[in-house]
Amino acid sequence: MTDHEPDALNVAPGAPHDSLYSETISYVIGLGLALLLTAISFWVASTGLLWGPGIAVGLVVLAIAQMGIHLVFFLHITSGPDNTNNVLALAFGVLIVLLVMIGTIWIMAHLAANMGPPPAITNLQMQH
Amino acid sequence: MTAGTEAPTVGLTHGASEDTGLGNRGPQSKSIVVPYGFWLFVLSDIVLFSALFATYASLVHATDGGPVTNQLFDRRLVAIETVALLLSSFTCGLAMIAAKRHHMTGTQAWLVVTGLLGLVFLSIELYEFTSMIAEGAGPQRSAFLSAFFTLVGCHGVHVTAGLLWIGTMMAQIWAKGFRQDIVRRLLCLSIFWHALDIIWVAIFTIVYLIGTLP
Repeated sequence: MTDHEPDALNVAPGAPHDSLYSETISYVIGLGLALLLTAISFWVASTGLLWGPGIAVGLVVLAIAQMGIHLVFFLHITSGPDNTNNVLALAFGVLIVLLVMIGTIWIMAHLAANMGPPPAITNLQMQH
Repeated sequence: MTAGTEAPTVGLTHGASEDTGLGNRGPQSKSIVVPYGFWLFVLSDIVLFSALFATYASLVHATDGGPVTNQLFDRRLVAIETVALLLSSFTCGLAMIAAKRHHMTGTQAWLVVTGLLGLVFLSIELYEFTSMIAEGAGPQRSAFLSAFFTLVGCHGVHVTAGLLWIGTMMAQIWAKGFRQDIVRRLLCLSIFWHALDIIWVAIFTIVYLIGTLP
């Protein structure tokens, strides 16, 4: 391999080198990892081997991992100095997303628990 | 390469910058500022989707005696949709690699493949929507179905917009060549398309896989 060019040390971790091979391989690795995580997600959702109540949490973790793969290998979020602004904006976006989702689900679940008929009765009505 | 002053860019990474982040050298070049601004738009779009996800999660059990998630969703269709969108994200990246090297045939070919895979995704989604509505599980049936069609439909609208954008960009590259402003637009398109795939990961996990757990 003649890939040991001098600029190898000038590339931030995660950033593809400036060659056709290196850039393509970044997308290929990303595609492979994303396909693998997708396959694991579908397998986890359909297998009977795992503890039922934990499956939903596991699926969410797998989804977050796959989003990370997409960010690094497809969108090329890196630790390089050019990317500081992108990373900070992403961090703020993630904060807002977590606030909106966790806050809504938390509060609405409490409201649902404190109001209306108990779940057992609603379920009876839903079966007809 | 062209005689321009801007280094080429892939994704959000500026390809060959000499900037060490240690000094003030005045405003950044457009090939950094434009993707950054578009990245801010994409993040705010993701915040919009987070509100739709929160709505869906709050209403998923409000079925009003109508069909529930387990009766509606077909995992095989979702798997095909997922693979199609993932592959289209991959080919979109290959189109960007070709565009960086001003390779006309390669760019156009990979953009066509990207668009066709997006079309496969969209047709399957439309098929799913029409068959659900035909079964009487339309958006007016229950709060759960309203939230479902809003969330997944909003993503579908984004994919449609992305497909139109791919078509426009192919025409622009064809007519005007790899001018710097055209390549920047193409870069924004690739960021948009990759972000759609990220949102789809959340949708197929939260809506379809968790929704069809036994």
